[in-house]
Amino acid sequence: MKGFQETASSEKTPFWLDPRKRAILFQLMTFAVVGLLAYYLTSNTLINLKKQSIATGFGFLQKESAFEIGESLIPYSAANTYARALLVGALNTIKVAFIGVVITIILGTIIGVARLSTNWLLSKLAAIYIEVMQDIPILLQLFFWYAIFYETLPSPREAISPGAGIFLSNRGVAFTVPQAHPAHLYMFLALMSGCVIVYLIRRWARKRQERTGKIFPAFRVGIAIIFGLPFLTWLAFGAPLGMNVPKLGGFNFEGGLTVSPEFIALLLGLVLYTAAFVAEVVRAGIQSVSKGQREAAMSIGLRPVPVLNLVILPQALRVIVPPLTSQMLNLTKNSSLAVAIGYPDFVSVANTTINQTGQSIEGVAIIMTVYLFFSLSTSAFMNWYNKRVALVER
Amino acid sequence: MKQAVPAGELKPPVTHIGIIGWTKTNLFDGVFNSILTLVTLFFLWKVVPPLFRWAFLDSAWHTTGQACREAAGACWSIISINYRFILFGFYPYEEQWRPLLAMLILFGLLFYSRNREHWKKSLAYAWIIGLFTMGLLMTGGILGLPPVESTQWGGLPLTLLLAVFGLTAAYPLGVMLALGRRSRMTGVKVLCVLYIELIRGVPLISLLFMSSIIFPLFLPEGVTFNKILRAQVAIILFTAAYIAEVIRGGLQGMARGQYEAAESMGLNYYQTMRLVILPQALKIVIPPTVSILISAFKDTSLVVIIALFDLLKTTQSVLSNPEWMGFSREAYVFVAILYFLGCFSMSNYSRRLEKELSKGD
Repeated sequence: MKGFQETASSEKTPFWLDPRKRAILFQLMTFAVVGLLAYYLTSNTLINLKKQSIATGFGFLQKESAFEIGESLIPYSAANTYARALLVGALNTIKVAFIGVVITIILGTIIGVARLSTNWLLSKLAAIYIEVMQDIPILLQLFFWYAIFYETLPSPREAISPGAGIFLSNRGVAFTVPQAHPAHLYMFLALMSGCVIVYLIRRWARKRQERTGKIFPAFRVGIAIIFGLPFLTWLAFGAPLGMNVPKLGGFNFEGGLTVSPEFIALLLGLVLYTAAFVAEVVRAGIQSVSKGQREAAMSIGLRPVPVLNLVILPQALRVIVPPLTSQMLNLTKNSSLAVAIGYPDFVSVANTTINQTGQSIEGVAIIMTVYLFFSLSTSAFMNWYNKRVALVER
Repeated sequence: MKQAVPAGELKPPVTHIGIIGWTKTNLFDGVFNSILTLVTLFFLWKVVPPLFRWAFLDSAWHTTGQACREAAGACWSIISINYRFILFGFYPYEEQWRPLLAMLILFGLLFYSRNREHWKKSLAYAWIIGLFTMGLLMTGGILGLPPVESTQWGGLPLTLLLAVFGLTAAYPLGVMLALGRRSRMTGVKVLCVLYIELIRGVPLISLLFMSSIIFPLFLPEGVTFNKILRAQVAIILFTAAYIAEVIRGGLQGMARGQYEAAESMGLNYYQTMRLVILPQALKIVIPPTVSILISAFKDTSLVVIIALFDLLKTTQSVLSNPEWMGFSREAYVFVAILYFLGCFSMSNYSRRLEKELSKGD
């Protein structure tokens, strides 16, 4: 090959027959086409914007938003700026995505394991669930759950109470929550410090096991610390037991914690839909670990729990994590469908902003940037995790 | 003297064969499993009979909305009375045989294409002619067919149109993006990676917003595209990125030897790809491509948000009619069944194909 090229170049190859030069030329042409297209579109846009006298730029973010948002994690009113409105929307998206991801993983794992169960009935039920949920568009499911809420459930006056201080009505679900008390803050701090302590203990226990071979019951001690510390804090504050029970006042419940029907419908739709996909991922992961692995682990005398923890799970997770990541990202992206049922998520707030200000380009750019940020940061985290659990080959 | 019974004549114990044996191994194998079975049966007993009564026994099948409200069960009348609108939207009533015929052609082509023995060049021509005929039937304007504006298109034909044309156009684009991403030319590669990751990172709805509000700004004055076409472009751009990733998987699955063999025969890049690599790589990725088709079909429902009258939107506009208000469950269940039938047959087919394809290896 080399010799051939040398003889060819000695006869002065024309540049269009030299692969390297041709590649450069081809790339230049590609860039030129893309650049021209971009220039054409931008210039058209600028002319159109000038004609419609729309100002460009992100200055509108500092203006007063003048619209209310149904639910918000931070204080917000119509007098606040658009920037703050968008922040409220982003936090609402994070809220539903985070809660959704946690529940989805749990539910999906249960269904995936049920699918593999030797119990014929359970396995077939799980299979039907997976197939049906995967084959119905998520948007349709969201509409369905939302309709169930506002059509089927009674008004707050005749709310259904399935028990334990929970009230179901077409205005949402009202929960009984503990009365606000300063102890709660300290209990939360105790929980956090408990987690840190457990992490340190586990590290120490692993090191000690490597050095001496002695096993420390890190799991049981960890559970005791994580639950025990907040409990002790609670006792130290005199065990406040006040409950904030939702009461019917006017047309809706007062007190307690009320979750809006939009939020519930969105969460329900996202979780039930994505759990079907997660179940398939989990099933594939568990099936990928060969039977011999379990048998080998048991034959060296490991008990069932260590077999699962030390042999099966680390291998199954390796297969599960990458597709699981993309399912979690799908859930986050699908949460943008909230705009269709009126939950004030990021896209919904941005859409209102676009409609009010006419800053469509900036609005869509903000939506895309924020979702790209969500996606890229999640996949960066998952790549890091994946690298940690990945097989270390020789 | 007693004769030993030959082993072949001994029947296995009753508890190990037949219905009892099957029940024992599959449902009541141990305490935990038995409890699981009983709990599941209890749950089914609680859910299925009332659901059955609601859907079939107490339901109203072909009545007015008023009579429906008095029925205790489901109101299927909302479907049987309004099915023409749900399926065809605002398409002129007398002309609705045209989208129906177009859909029948599509189903016929899909059905014929199921068999892999029919995958020849003639099938490709049949598809091109078929798609062209469908478009002609929908638009009209020739052969004495009155023209129908695309603003009047709606319902199931629109959903199918967005999905089928979306995928047909996205496929070649996806192949090009995948080849670009695997290219040795850094510039091309970077462009393709940027495009694919950007599109895959954002939700489809942001692209649909873009198509409905920003796209008109991109065009020079006086040039306008209709809304359906703009949404179609957004769906194509979106689907292409996902197809590109699937095809990249196929390309990575090709052994190096294939490239080297092609090169040693003196084939250039285009010949290598067209004659050696792509035919094999595309064959590997048929099953995942079908899953992309399924999600593209489901994703077309998102055009509701930019107010195109697809199947879901026509259903919702029936629901906003005061006579039929409040029967969302029945209406959505009907639409869900339609989507389910479409997706289920596709995923079933994909599984069968996967089995067939792996048989040869």
